[in-house]
Amino acid sequence: MSTDFHIVVCGSIVPDPLQTLSPQDSPQGPVLQNEMMLPAVLDPWAGHALYEAANLAKNNPGSQVWLVALGPKAKLQQVMMAVSQKAPFQLVVADGSASGFTDSFETAKVLSETIDGIAGLDKSKMLLFGGWQSASRGSGAVMQMVGEMLGVTEQFQGVDKITVGGDGSIEVLERVEGGAYQKSVVDGAPAVMGWATGELPEPPNNPQVGMQNMQKNMPALQQAKPADLSGTTLKFESVAVPQQRRETRIVKDASIEDMAKEIVEWIKG
Amino acid sequence: MTDDMPEVVRAEMETDIVCVGFGPAAGGFLTTLTRGLMKEDGTPLAESKAMPGMPPQVICYERADDIGFGVSGVVTKGRAIKASFPDLDLSQIPMAHEVTEEKILYLKDPVGASRRPLAFKVADKVLGRFMEDDAYELPYIPPFLEKHPGMIFSIGQLNQWVGSNLMGTGMAQIWPSSPVAEPLLEGGAVKGVRMADQGVEKDGTPGAGFMPGMDMKAALTVVADGPVGAVGQRLDRELGLPEGNHQREWAVGMKCVVDLPEGCDWQPGTVLHTIGYPEPEIFGFLYVYPGNVASLGIFVPSWFDNPVRTAYRYMQHWMLHPYLWKRLEGGTMRSWGAKSLAESGKRGEPILCGDGFARIGEGSGSTNVLTGSGVDEAWATGVQLGEAVLQLLKDGMDFTKDNLEATYLSRRRESWVEQEAKVAEKSRDGFTKGILRGFIGMGLTGLTGGKLNMPGKPISPQDRIPSIEDYYKGYISHGEIQEIRAECARQGKSLHDALMDRVGWPEIPMDGQLLVSHQDALLMGGKVQASPGYADHVRFANPNACMACREKVCIEACSGQAITTNPEGGVPLFDREKCVHCGACMWNCSQSHFMDAERTNVRFSAGSGGLHSAEN
Repeated sequence: MSTDFHIVVCGSIVPDPLQTLSPQDSPQGPVLQNEMMLPAVLDPWAGHALYEAANLAKNNPGSQVWLVALGPKAKLQQVMMAVSQKAPFQLVVADGSASGFTDSFETAKVLSETIDGIAGLDKSKMLLFGGWQSASRGSGAVMQMVGEMLGVTEQFQGVDKITVGGDGSIEVLERVEGGAYQKSVVDGAPAVMGWATGELPEPPNNPQVGMQNMQKNMPALQQAKPADLSGTTLKFESVAVPQQRRETRIVKDASIEDMAKEIVEWIKG
Repeated sequence: MTDDMPEVVRAEMETDIVCVGFGPAAGGFLTTLTRGLMKEDGTPLAESKAMPGMPPQVICYERADDIGFGVSGVVTKGRAIKASFPDLDLSQIPMAHEVTEEKILYLKDPVGASRRPLAFKVADKVLGRFMEDDAYELPYIPPFLEKHPGMIFSIGQLNQWVGSNLMGTGMAQIWPSSPVAEPLLEGGAVKGVRMADQGVEKDGTPGAGFMPGMDMKAALTVVADGPVGAVGQRLDRELGLPEGNHQREWAVGMKCVVDLPEGCDWQPGTVLHTIGYPEPEIFGFLYVYPGNVASLGIFVPSWFDNPVRTAYRYMQHWMLHPYLWKRLEGGTMRSWGAKSLAESGKRGEPILCGDGFARIGEGSGSTNVLTGSGVDEAWATGVQLGEAVLQLLKDGMDFTKDNLEATYLSRRRESWVEQEAKVAEKSRDGFTKGILRGFIGMGLTGLTGGKLNMPGKPISPQDRIPSIEDYYKGYISHGEIQEIRAECARQGKSLHDALMDRVGWPEIPMDGQLLVSHQDALLMGGKVQASPGYADHVRFANPNACMACREKVCIEACSGQAITTNPEGGVPLFDREKCVHCGACMWNCSQSHFMDAERTNVRFSAGSGGLHSAEN
């Protein structure tokens, strides 16, 4: 089989994990306080998937990478300025909520319909990448449902590494229980890969990549159509923060002996 | 940095206009420019020279990881901003509100540790009988300090709102996480900018994944990177300042956003300014946003001669003042930050135009130091340059010094920014001789329209910082100071806490919500982090000067506690993970640069990371 892949990465924005997140109930259901005000970043799980996709495309000439994002257009615009400097991709946007308080099925439906609409996408070469869960709601269900809706039955979750063989076969390393890895081999595309962290560091900002990306991607952002998420019958009842509050203390340059002693004391309780 | 390295092959790209730093000035510039780049018939006003067939290509690079990561709430009359957005609905911008109430409060010293001149002690006694909660509300706000009609907003939220509008036009690209290391200078002409190298070690030497910073060539470089930006600093060094001008007066603003406790009686749109406490030289502000949220903080000026001037602890004491604490107690810190402010005003104005470059905003000396306003002035200078550039593009003229002076500089000189800056020019001279003369001087300048001023000559910070022994003479003996030095050196701590405790400042009652440790403020409020792969952006030019230095004001004044005591003595340690890029170290140094008496021994460069909070 050929090794030029059509890689579709599903990913959107989440509030910057450094921010103070205050979930609360509202008449429309659970919300994050001031969510539209908080700085946003690309979902870190999706980020790993994107960097792996870019690396795979670089190593397999003729491949293409699309980033499919369901998120509020104005916020996506800002985040894409930073993400565009990381890796080359083509952006496809559905304008809608990226909140964790969204029905996974409706999200998957919007994403699969958006992917169906990508001009030039060859499903026989498609590798569907995404996070194995989302930083906004870690159900891990969306990628699986998108794959099913698109008719892709080879699915892997918690992927940290894939290796493409000369015959187009793909060896997949998946996380399994107890910190072990499971190795699988599939004949080739299409397949769904829900990425964990992968093995690649975050790429440096490359202004040239950013400029090239933006010429194609900003018009795509402008033309994003509103996503219809209204079909859900799912209702989130309420949201609460855990009662336990972790007391974080930062100590620099602690000696190993001090750390060990502290861990022992903690274990003793 | 790159001057010391062997020549490396750099990527190079071309654009028409490159802008450094996104803030109010760049916002005004790009808003004005993008509105005029396309004519009504849909054709470009001018053709791009970098990409023929397209409208002019405009790029803006912002150092911070997001364009909303600003560091201040502000109150402003907003004349220029309103002129740019005549139908502005403040509810479109989160945390914005009309000014509804203004107060100026003189705060009495409730703890007895404040270092007050006699006149302030007398004022504490005389006004004490009229005070509520140890605060005296001035019965009258002079016109030059009035902010009504005006608006309060968060600069971070304004930047986000303006930025998303700009990018929505498709006529400008604004790139965050993009530190610009220096301008590309050829003689006195600017040809573009150079991005910071990545994949380098702390000292700038290439490391794993080395990627030299790209050179972005542009016909026009707009310098809007503020008072501590690397491009503006470099131009000042290479071109010098106009004769008689200087940049010797500074302040560090340290601010936070607080969820007010339930039942707090402050209404949205309330504007408070305080004088008198925690030290007479320190001013405070508090603005109330919608949703029971307030932005508040203090300004610590460079003429406050305390060599251990910690903004953080002073801010906590200020928040604990009875008048404020009565309403703040029970609140929660939501955001925190710090920033250097150029307080030289018009007298700090650099060369504003040259071949291929123009300067706007705070770094161009637009701040009005009498009225204490800079955001709207910065926006106005951006608008002026935007109009000038549109005119030059339309006429097909190059961005030469002469052309920029004829279009941009002439607009600026004729504008209210300039006229009011001239009135304000000498308003702060009195502070160089003392706090009381300073206040009288400001009053004189403000009430006479600049005709009468208190005389005084600004002295650079490194020349006026006294030794710790001199500052505490009569309060702490030499011997005891020596003991404190030794004990703090042993524990790796800065001196200010021990010295302040010793002269009677009470311990801060930490509550874990609003009164938190300095390091927790970095985590809870500023959400500070640094990207990997960049060099340290704070370095010390001459290690021998640090060896001889006994004040190490940079450690005491560091807003993020990123500069700390080196157990081996000599050059302090710098931790990039904690730096909030306020630039206070650049002017909180008692040692002059060995090659330039106007500069200190601290080299502040472009770097990545810093604050990650857009609420401020």
